[in-house]
Amino acid sequence: MNGTGFVAVTALLVIPATTALLLGLLSSHQFSARLNVGATLLSLLAAVTLFKARPEPNLYLLVDDFNVYLIVLNNLVSFTTSVFSASYIAHELAIGRLTPSYLRFYHAMYQALMFAMNLALLANNIGLLWVAIELATLTTVLMVGIYRTPEALEAAWKYFILGSLGVALALFGTILVYLAAQPVVGEGLPAMAWHILIAKANAFDPALLNLAFVFLLLGYGTKVGLAPLHAWLPDAHAEGPTPISAVLSGLLLNVALYAVLRFKMLMSANAAALAPGPLMVGLGLVSVLFASLMLYRRNDIKRLFAYSSIEHMGIITFAFGMGGPLANFAGLLHIALHSLTKSGIFFAVGQITQAKGSQRISQIQGLTETHPRLGWGLTLGVVAIAGMPPMGIFLSEFLVVSATVAREPLLALLLVAGLLLAFGALLLRLHGLAFGEPQGSAAPVQASYLPMFMHLALVLVAGIWLPAPLVAWFNHVAARLG
Amino acid sequence: MHSLAFDIAHLLAGGMVVVSLLLLYQDRLYALLNVYALHALLLALAVSWQAYIQHAAHLYVTAAIALVFKAILIPTVLHRIIQRLGIHRTIEQVVGVGLNMLAGVALVALAILVMLPVTATATALVREDLAFALAVVLLGLLIMITRRNAVSQVVGFMSLENGLILAAAGARGMPLVVEISIAFSVLIALIVIGIFLFRIQERFDTVEMQMLDTFRGERQR
Repeated sequence: MNGTGFVAVTALLVIPATTALLLGLLSSHQFSARLNVGATLLSLLAAVTLFKARPEPNLYLLVDDFNVYLIVLNNLVSFTTSVFSASYIAHELAIGRLTPSYLRFYHAMYQALMFAMNLALLANNIGLLWVAIELATLTTVLMVGIYRTPEALEAAWKYFILGSLGVALALFGTILVYLAAQPVVGEGLPAMAWHILIAKANAFDPALLNLAFVFLLLGYGTKVGLAPLHAWLPDAHAEGPTPISAVLSGLLLNVALYAVLRFKMLMSANAAALAPGPLMVGLGLVSVLFASLMLYRRNDIKRLFAYSSIEHMGIITFAFGMGGPLANFAGLLHIALHSLTKSGIFFAVGQITQAKGSQRISQIQGLTETHPRLGWGLTLGVVAIAGMPPMGIFLSEFLVVSATVAREPLLALLLVAGLLLAFGALLLRLHGLAFGEPQGSAAPVQASYLPMFMHLALVLVAGIWLPAPLVAWFNHVAARLG
Repeated sequence: MHSLAFDIAHLLAGGMVVVSLLLLYQDRLYALLNVYALHALLLALAVSWQAYIQHAAHLYVTAAIALVFKAILIPTVLHRIIQRLGIHRTIEQVVGVGLNMLAGVALVALAILVMLPVTATATALVREDLAFALAVVLLGLLIMITRRNAVSQVVGFMSLENGLILAAAGARGMPLVVEISIAFSVLIALIVIGIFLFRIQERFDTVEMQMLDTFRGERQR
């Protein structure tokens, strides 16, 4: 057992859990916001040390090359979001949309969500993974409904029902995987541990694994927001507080996708089982095309970017479905860049909707004139998310497309059509938002621009120059993903 | 040819499928709750039987949760909520009873057709348990789709969840079953609190298109 690695892993779970309890007890919201930032910063530091020293996998927790990068990404975005959240909620409190007692609840839930996501990523047990994802769903449901308007409650209820259905299907799949593993590995915890499952997957009953994967893909796919299982996603993004939209899009979708990818690795390790690729390619492509079409005619700014998240999750699922070193590399890169860009966009959107007092696109026009910094930040973000060079997402989308062209030219055609449709829709909306006739309030906002520009700068740097160790390491993980 | 252990497990799991079918056509909320309590009671019996034949003491905890929490506490609380909110009327259903039952029977057949060939290597006990569990899960889904009222959707979800616990209890030696059933209980407790605090069902009573547009947040303001 490696000492420092073990400490870091424990810290990643204990810090958010104890902070959540503490925040539930504290009533001063200024202090709570600072404590929230401090706790996420500590978790981030603990996550970074995992690059240096990792604990040996035990039957509950596992850190390997694949999840370590998601853990760091998760804690990085949760840290920057907590910084953004501090200024966001101060404004919500000032205009009376949230009361101090709700804020106490909000902060406690934020840390509870971090705990759940860290646990899901660290779990070396498919049952523990399931419990963690369920916990993450619950905390986000509660936060989506926090404004208590009829629309927010409606969105929370829809999310709750669809999310519960998703986790229920995933649990059935989890039980089936256990049943497939049990004759080979034996009863008890080892039959649910990732490192043992993947090592011995070749001896599992392929028919049982196939059925399990269908349930798992549909179950966790609901949480990823893949069309046609996405119905909860736009509403949950639009009606909840914006920091939660940023965390949902930037992190929680990734955590669910991580679960799907782990099970895909399990399927690939069994030679006789169904190839999981075509199913994922199909769902991914449907999501890309559907979401791109839905991007037109959106008139709520948060819904617009929620559909864009569905599109990008579709691209990532498509990439991993294609498989192979290049497509997997592109998928891994796209996960990171989409997280950073989309949460950056939501930081901008949160401050824009506060400045304008509305989420209607028609009432948010000409931002570069009324709020230049927010306007240009949003422009930069949309340019990145639409996949224009030199931003990083161009690079990862280009890699996905070129990997597809080499193997399935027809599919590449469909994918490119989807990407172009989305590109058109986003630029169409951006034109009005950033450069249209100014609408609504031009009052200056108290805002911290640092999180937004930091994310966008990272995405820009990734588009121009990827450090060689990072590339080597992505390549290494991509090879393992099969 | 089968042992008594198998026969009793079969009887209890099969009983749950039958009660799921009963749930499909209950059109009064009180009756729906009573039938659900029966469903949970059967689950408690089925899980404790599994605990007995597998010599797995931890499954008794799951059975106790099913009995106390799902068969007694939740139906009682929901009963009182329905009373307090004054919504003990008939449930509007999307499709008729006949069609609903036909769909239910088809789902049971589907569950058996899917499950039995796939689990050819497992023991008969596990196979049939899983097939029944899948049938209960699918019937729960059907209830959730065909109902509009929040309370009956929750009952549908709880019956689905009973199917999952049945499957987990049937998988020999599966760890974390107790933890999973506790996680589910927390989930359900939250839904029930949610119904009461937010009175969500009021918004589900009418399904006019205009209302749905508002729900999607596309046409308000």
